[in-house]
Amino acid sequence: MPTTYYLILSFFLFLIGTAGVLLRRNALIVLMGIELQLNGGNLALIAFARELGDLKGHVLAFLIIALAAAEAAVGLAILVGLFRGRQTVNLDEITLMKR
Amino acid sequence: MTFNLRLIPLLPFLGAAILMLFGRKWSRDTVVAVAAGAIAGSCLVAFDAFFTALPLAEPNGLHDTVGTWISAGPLKIDLAFRLDGLSGLLCLIITFIGFLIHIYSSGYMEHDPDYPRFFAYLNLFCGSMLVLVLGDSLPVMFIGWEGVGLCSYLLIGFWYTETANADAGKKAFIVNRIGDLGFLIGMFLLYQFAGSLNISEITTVASTGSALMQPLWGSTVAFWAALFLFVGATGKSAQIPLYIWLPDAMAGPTPVSALIHAATMVTAGVYMVARMHAVYLLAPAALAIVTAIGALTALFAAVIGFAQNDFKKVLAYSTVSQLGFMFVGVGTGNFEGGIFHLYTHAFFKAGLFLCAGSVMHAMSGSGDIRIMGGLRKKLPWTHAVFFVCWLAICGIVFSGFLSKDSIIAGAMSTEHLGDWAWVGQAAGYVLSLAALGTAFYMSRLYFLVFTGETRASDEIKHHIHESPGSMVGPLVVLAIGAALAGFTGLPGGLFEHPTWNLLNDELSPVLGPEMEVSRLTEVGVMVGATLFALLGIGVAWVFYGGGYREPSRKFAAAVPKLVKLVQDKFRIDELYQFLFVRPIKRIGNFIYFFVDRILIDKIMVGVPVALVDLFGRLSRLVQGSGDGQRYMAIFALGAAVMVFLGTQPDLFGSLKVSVTGRTVEVDARRGGKPGGRALEYSFDFDGDGKPEVEGASSTARHDYASPGSYTVHVRIKDPRWGTSNSLEQKVEVP
Amino acid sequence: MGVLGWVTLLPLFGAILVMLVPREEEAIHRGLGLLTSIVTFCVSLMIVTGFDAGQAGFQMEVNQSWIAPLGIHFHLGVDGISLWLVMLTTFMVPLTLLSPQAIGIRNIRVREFTALMLILETGMVGAFLALDLFVFYVFWELMLIPMYFIIGVWGGERRLYASIKFVIYTLVGSLLMLVAILYLYAQWHAATGSYSLDYAQLSHLTLPEGPQMLCFAAFALAFAIKVPIFPLHTWLPDAHVEAPTGGSVILAAVLLKFGTYGFLRYALPMFPLAAATAAPLIAVLAVIGIVYGALMAYVQDDAKKLVAYSSVSHLGFVVLGILTLNPTGVQGAIYQMLSHGISTGGLFFAVGLLYDRRHTRRLGDFGGLWAKTPVFAALFLVIILASVGLPGLCGFVGEFLVLIGTFTANKTWAVEHMSGFFPAPKLMGAISASAVILAAMYLLTMYQKLMFGPLDKPENKAVRDIHGRETWVFAIVVAAALVMGLAPQPILSRSEKSVEAFVAGYRDRLQESKRDPDAPPHVYPALAAAAPPPAPPAVPVPTPAPVPEGIAP
Repeated sequence: MPTTYYLILSFFLFLIGTAGVLLRRNALIVLMGIELQLNGGNLALIAFARELGDLKGHVLAFLIIALAAAEAAVGLAILVGLFRGRQTVNLDEITLMKR
Repeated sequence: MTFNLRLIPLLPFLGAAILMLFGRKWSRDTVVAVAAGAIAGSCLVAFDAFFTALPLAEPNGLHDTVGTWISAGPLKIDLAFRLDGLSGLLCLIITFIGFLIHIYSSGYMEHDPDYPRFFAYLNLFCGSMLVLVLGDSLPVMFIGWEGVGLCSYLLIGFWYTETANADAGKKAFIVNRIGDLGFLIGMFLLYQFAGSLNISEITTVASTGSALMQPLWGSTVAFWAALFLFVGATGKSAQIPLYIWLPDAMAGPTPVSALIHAATMVTAGVYMVARMHAVYLLAPAALAIVTAIGALTALFAAVIGFAQNDFKKVLAYSTVSQLGFMFVGVGTGNFEGGIFHLYTHAFFKAGLFLCAGSVMHAMSGSGDIRIMGGLRKKLPWTHAVFFVCWLAICGIVFSGFLSKDSIIAGAMSTEHLGDWAWVGQAAGYVLSLAALGTAFYMSRLYFLVFTGETRASDEIKHHIHESPGSMVGPLVVLAIGAALAGFTGLPGGLFEHPTWNLLNDELSPVLGPEMEVSRLTEVGVMVGATLFALLGIGVAWVFYGGGYREPSRKFAAAVPKLVKLVQDKFRIDELYQFLFVRPIKRIGNFIYFFVDRILIDKIMVGVPVALVDLFGRLSRLVQGSGDGQRYMAIFALGAAVMVFLGTQPDLFGSLKVSVTGRTVEVDARRGGKPGGRALEYSFDFDGDGKPEVEGASSTARHDYASPGSYTVHVRIKDPRWGTSNSLEQKVEVP
Repeated sequence: MGVLGWVTLLPLFGAILVMLVPREEEAIHRGLGLLTSIVTFCVSLMIVTGFDAGQAGFQMEVNQSWIAPLGIHFHLGVDGISLWLVMLTTFMVPLTLLSPQAIGIRNIRVREFTALMLILETGMVGAFLALDLFVFYVFWELMLIPMYFIIGVWGGERRLYASIKFVIYTLVGSLLMLVAILYLYAQWHAATGSYSLDYAQLSHLTLPEGPQMLCFAAFALAFAIKVPIFPLHTWLPDAHVEAPTGGSVILAAVLLKFGTYGFLRYALPMFPLAAATAAPLIAVLAVIGIVYGALMAYVQDDAKKLVAYSSVSHLGFVVLGILTLNPTGVQGAIYQMLSHGISTGGLFFAVGLLYDRRHTRRLGDFGGLWAKTPVFAALFLVIILASVGLPGLCGFVGEFLVLIGTFTANKTWAVEHMSGFFPAPKLMGAISASAVILAAMYLLTMYQKLMFGPLDKPENKAVRDIHGRETWVFAIVVAAALVMGLAPQPILSRSEKSVEAFVAGYRDRLQESKRDPDAPPHVYPALAAAAPPPAPPAVPVPTPAPVPEGIAP
């Protein structure tokens, strides 16, 4: 299969993820969107690695998987904390960055 | 020849250190034993050095080098001491009178709770003073110079709970520091031009080379160095314009006034000028200034002394005046004369001050001469001593007679002032007047305190008693000194027996031969000065004999404003306050407020801060909501723009065109620098839409067939991204 | 790792240890912190014993490849200039941790305070020893953060304002310096084809006049803020007033020295032509600072602010001494840095102690304390006098040498480019010397208001004299002041060779820069071994050539 197919798939994965991050109001879904974005990126890396016969892409992908796991853990912890504090995970109601 | 000179200052320093560390736990007797023992030991070593070792030594005396103190670059300062006739004499005075005053203080300070602290300071002072005179280089001398200033500060403010005492101490230190600034600058000038700070080496340079005769600021180096050093001397020795601290310094305990502010420390300036005589002799103008200042101070302070009502204040102005005499001595090149007077003055003035202490001790601590009187019978020993010292300072027979005459006669016949010889002669006449004044105010003091009836309240009268033996003993010794010290310096010119001048034997190897004074001048001055002294005493008797007499009351009533002005010391303190102290404070406050707070903090820092703040507010308008998702959207948009721009080949590039003849060479690389990306270039030189040159090379050349104006189009493609960019430029082909 | 590595990293290990102990065990935190810093001091004594005074270049070097592809090495070394500054650091930190007042009157979070102090020590020692610009920059910023927290957490009422002011001032300078460092990195690559941030190599890079000016401006600004040179000084009084005692002591005693050290180590040798051009301006600013700081100190009513302004005045002497560029002046500058560390550190200890006792720093609230605190008063007086510059105490030697150096500046500036440029050395010397009067005025006034006069305020009657650990702190400071004043030679003799090499090397490079101000970046004088390639970690890197000693072109 040509690499282009993988790249198109990865592009759509990333796009869906981005849309989720930008448009959904539920913080949990936003986190899932981020995971999708990361996976889109991963797929592109693996595709290029196959195309170029270079293992560095695999290495990076693993790194990102580990990073994603860590990020999910921290993100969920923050969410739980937020929910405890404010009884909501709706992003419209969490505008702490504006003082 | 080396000698263990370091012991002389070290012993008092050790005493001070021991007393500071342990003194508070010891009994008074132990404290006195340690303090007086330390100074006595130092005195013995000094006597041994002066009388046993010095006569055997070569002309420049005994040496002791402890080690290198500071060495940096070409500068090298040894911690070294030197004892010759001059410094040796000073050492004897300091240790001997210092010892006497330690003994006296043991009685005087008997009831003070801070006994150990007092003796620690006193020892520290003696050590510093000894370093000052023994130091072989100017910086080592400066250690002592500042050290005595410190001790003076501490001892003036010894009774620190009175703000006035602390103020007086601070004033003394700061005024001294103003002088020290001059001392430092003089020192730096000497270092720069003589190449050394060692006194012997400077003396050698000054007496042989022309290094110090180089022109500087419209005069010579020697003049400026001498002048700046003299500024230091005016601070330490309380001369115009820096004399103002000394009268205030009387706030300290009386033994301190006797030792520091009469006998030793204040004479350091005179000593320093004598020590640096080689430099001064190179600059007659500087000598003339020294002479003029000395003479003016002598007269001015004597006049202020006429109207003071505090026993110690009178003596303080008397000290200032006598120091003026000494400066005229050294200023006219009559260095022996100046040192001679320093030496006799140390005895009689210390004696006078200790008498003052004894009187105040008897008068329940009061020093107001208006309530004294008739103490001759009640304090017989004190009176006897005061009587001797009084005659000595007035210049009648006893020691002040010869030393004062030596200075006046020297001033009259000096040859060291060159074009300024008239200054010397004028100074001689001024000093004669000052001597008259001295006789007057000292006699006034004597008559008001010791003759007539006691004017004090019955309460005080009841307590009047002679001081204990520990105080009277030193008084008597000092009186003997005051009576006889003068006879060690019989003028050679008078008797034509130079060997009779014992003092000169010691000093001449250091300071050069005794000044030649004709017998006529000598005798004339002696007779004249004695007459003047008697006149002064006589006038004082008319005014104050046996208490305030009619003429004095009439005089005070006739010119009350003048009397008040003199009593207020011509209001010089207020003038300085107005000219210097308050402006400095005001300027400081002004600058602190306007420069520090407003100009720097508000304007130079505040304006950029406000700009940053404004920018932040403006950009927050765009981002607005605090909604994380909107931030992310803006971020994504920005990232997309960046990626788009980043993939355009040489977006902001321009063409580099060089024309040689009809050949045009074009370089399309951005800024002419190698880029990291593989790009494809197509060059269209004639504007027909078809590229003449294509390829990976960013340069191309083209030969035009005919001159004219052309437009070069370059299309740059990035094959990886499929993006492209066009550049064009007009070319004139000649 | 070498003794230098140990001295640098021991405090960091100590900080980690301290953080591992549970929060409640305050005594253990204090003890552990003190122990670590004392051990560090003892190890640092080995630097002195092992130091060869006859050698001008760097000694006891540690050189490990760190980030190989970028040519960055963990490179430490000591010479006569940094030797005593490191000693000052390792001397002052234990004193700070020994003092019960160091943490201020908000006596909270002992663990974090101790750990931050130790991290700060690592940063300071590392920055003094660093011989790689990257390492220097890392340590430089490492100092900033603990100090920010120390002021911001344990400070007084306006601590946030002061700490942020401190950080912003310092960062503005250091970020510009970072840009200049990166520029040098690129230029070194352009000139030699290899990557390096090694000091010994970069200091031989001769830039054309224009870039030199810019780089010098960046470095000089960073250092001038740190010193601080007038008019960049206003962060200092605020930081000092708000900082807890320990913070003030370290800030005054050590941190300010990085400004002047930076001039000596980096700004002057690396950009000689620019430095020569700017020298008159900086010298004039230094003289203004000397008088200005003294005048400001004189009108302060807050004891701590007074001492802070006195630092401005005293450090003006250091800058002036460095700019004389003759061995006497530079030696004096180095000595003045050390003595200022001791005396002003001591003054801050004293003011902190009084604040601890009375919870006020207004001079008017005190008076007559001598009667209640005789031991403290005596020790405090010695520290005051050391700061006033009384001969026989530490302050005199430095000021004296700086002034002599200034007076003779024209005579020793062999390069004719400069002789006319140092404006009127005698006048500048005389104006600076007037600080001896002003210093006596403000310090003795302060002392009098605190200690003399009647004991008329009831709060002052309850003030206790120093005892226990406090006595030790003051006794040690006083002993140091005395020893440094009476026997400066052991210190001066060890820095002598390096200072002479600094002066001679500066002149050489200035002449090279002047020979052709527009020459492209080149290495001068040529290094014995060309720049080492980015070596793999296992291969030891060849030692860079020592600083040249008066090589004639």
